[in-house]
Amino acid sequence: MFKSLAPPEYLATIDRVKCIRCKRCIQNCGWGVYSWGGDKVLIDTFKCVKCLRCYHYCPEEAIEIKDNPTKFKENAYWNFHTIRNIKKQAETGGIPLTGMGSDKPYTILFDNLLIDACQVTNPSIDPLREPMELRTYLGKKPSHVKVEKTKDGKLKLAEPLPPQIKLDVPIIFSPMSFGSISLNAQKVLAMAAKACGIVMNTGEGGLHEDLMPYKDNVIVQVASGRFGVTPEYLNAGVAVEIKIGQGAKPGIGGHLPGEKIPLEVARTRMIPVGTDALSPAPQHDIYSIEDLRQLIYAIKEATNYKPVSVKIAAVHNVAAIASGIVRAGADIVYLDGFRGGTGAAPSIIRDHLGIPIEHAIAAVDDRLRQEGIRNEASIIAAGGIRSSADAAKAIALGADAVGIATAALITMGCTTCGKCYTGNCSWGITTQRPELTARLDPEVYAERLTNLIHAWTHELKEILGALGINSIESMRGNRERLRGIGLDSAMLDILGVKPAGR
Amino acid sequence: MVEIDAKGAYYRDLNKKVREAVEKGEKEIVLKNVNGQYYIGDGLRGKSTIVVEGVPGNDLAAFMDGPTIRIKANAQDNIGNTMNSGKVIVEGNAGDVLGYGMRGGKLHIRGSVGYRVGIHMKGNKKQAPTIVVGGTAGDFFGEYMAGGVLVLLGLSNDGEPLVGDYLGTGMHGGAIYIRGEVEKKNCGAEVGVLELDDEDKKVLKEVLTDYCSDLGLKLEDIMSKGFKKLVPVSARPYGNLYAY
Ligand code: SF4
Ligand code: SF4
Repeated sequence: MFKSLAPPEYLATIDRVKCIRCKRCIQNCGWGVYSWGGDKVLIDTFKCVKCLRCYHYCPEEAIEIKDNPTKFKENAYWNFHTIRNIKKQAETGGIPLTGMGSDKPYTILFDNLLIDACQVTNPSIDPLREPMELRTYLGKKPSHVKVEKTKDGKLKLAEPLPPQIKLDVPIIFSPMSFGSISLNAQKVLAMAAKACGIVMNTGEGGLHEDLMPYKDNVIVQVASGRFGVTPEYLNAGVAVEIKIGQGAKPGIGGHLPGEKIPLEVARTRMIPVGTDALSPAPQHDIYSIEDLRQLIYAIKEATNYKPVSVKIAAVHNVAAIASGIVRAGADIVYLDGFRGGTGAAPSIIRDHLGIPIEHAIAAVDDRLRQEGIRNEASIIAAGGIRSSADAAKAIALGADAVGIATAALITMGCTTCGKCYTGNCSWGITTQRPELTARLDPEVYAERLTNLIHAWTHELKEILGALGINSIESMRGNRERLRGIGLDSAMLDILGVKPAGR
Repeated sequence: MVEIDAKGAYYRDLNKKVREAVEKGEKEIVLKNVNGQYYIGDGLRGKSTIVVEGVPGNDLAAFMDGPTIRIKANAQDNIGNTMNSGKVIVEGNAGDVLGYGMRGGKLHIRGSVGYRVGIHMKGNKKQAPTIVVGGTAGDFFGEYMAGGVLVLLGLSNDGEPLVGDYLGTGMHGGAIYIRGEVEKKNCGAEVGVLELDDEDKKVLKEVLTDYCSDLGLKLEDIMSKGFKKLVPVSARPYGNLYAY
């Protein structure tokens, strides 16, 4: 066995003078970087992923994780990861995997969009003194309503409205399955969703019985592996989502590695312990919009007509596909941009397939409006929402709500190290190792995630106030209140926004 | 017993009637003049028996959990999609994508089936889905199989080959039993072809006894010919696909 020619990316270092040999770093590192050498802590820095768990838990601040100064000589074209992937592939013949969303320096459109504000002629509103409406209902909206008079002269709807999902804030937690993340991480999402009046999504891994108390804040997912899908499951949540694709890996399926399939995960997925959980690339019963319609209505029949969401990756032809999805009967179209996160994806797929969510929202919203079917389904936009500003811009471009996942994991300790696929997450998030998952206390971290949503809520209200509007509804698809900077005219045209200064 | 006339009925109305009958505790429900209605028995629970007279439409018994459905004619695609428990008996042929993601229960098909049957079936010690096909099967039989039992008998082949290509591709659990010979060229790279051991014979006998009693066949006739067993060669067929 020769030594790998891919040098370590990071150098884990311990200040030997400060170190009191408490061995906390050994316990905390999920990747086994540290071990006890009898008189001092030994370091295998090749394994370090810079998750920073050890740094935070070292009582003496003796640890420093440095970028390896002796890594390959980079240039503007041949960067470290490109060279290292070739080395790794030469050594293994395999596909390099990665976790999290793409970190490649493509243009970030959100950062080239600015939001309007009121001055003099149209007064802004102070959200601290005046009510601001962020409540959002996801689902089909009727194109007209029939009203009738009751005996006592009051008006009421003659026909029931299609089913809606009620959100206190236009934010949901994006799908992350039990298996890809730990049960404790799912509990954090569920508890925070309940506290914030929003919803979490189970992803494709079934609904663990511990989440049943939160079922009114849960969307259950049906994907190609059909893991954990029973009639109870379909009926448990407020809606059912059919997953066709994911922004981080459009067009490919999922392989949850065997390392992440201990007994409990195997049990909910009904597969043998330690096998890879394979979610095939397509759902083999869906090869067309007609087939999709068939599954949508199979689910509606089985759930007495709960709302059905269809999740797709944002790809070149997303507008036409979304139109087909709406015509197939979906109540929600969930668009996932190429920056979206993942527990595991080939880096070549993550970094080179799909389109940004900003384009996708604009294209889909336009298309559905042109076809007169925008009211038939709500749009959830996800895939790289980092802040309330991104959320506001997505909504102004045409989304009804946004999905967040990476931001939620960051509140649980995640440092976006990108090594989720190994199943060793030191923060207990993307791992099933009991000694690691036990350190993620659901109550503690649910409070932090709730804080994040509350903070974004306040920020969204401030943005609305500055815009002089008092309801998120007035901002939805209101691209007149956005301006582009540094974007060419084709890009501005697709986004439907004017350049700044005009 | 209750009879429901399905003539010209919209599937939503028909299925509502069926559901109401099941909720009322009807033990046997006969659907007359069925002609292509989708979703019969979709998501249905309980222990009722539904007899379908005529050809039902797609997604029969999808997500079903408990009931038995007997179809006295041919049936179409997607029977038993993600079914959890119960049984579907088809006295004729059936279409494509039967038992997709099936988690439990039984599909007993007297005749032949189309493509993509038994994809991604799963199971555990308590619950093992079973599909028995009397005739032939098309390509991708048992693809991605993760658990349960698939049996292909080739009793009436109408000149068709016993089974198509890509048999058991991506298989990582469960077992496929085929009556007759299997050519390696028809199989996915992830399957191994074995002779039956005593445990297999026991499983097969149990499965086929039930099948024969549902369809009026003789077990000895079926057992008169040898079987081959297909199993995954690895629990992690794609374990080596990735770099470190
Ligand atoms: S805990 Fe994280 S940062 Fe510290 S040595 Fe281990 S992998 Fe590196
Ligand atoms: S979830 Fe864990 S493994 Fe994944 S990026 Fe965050 S810290 Fe790293």
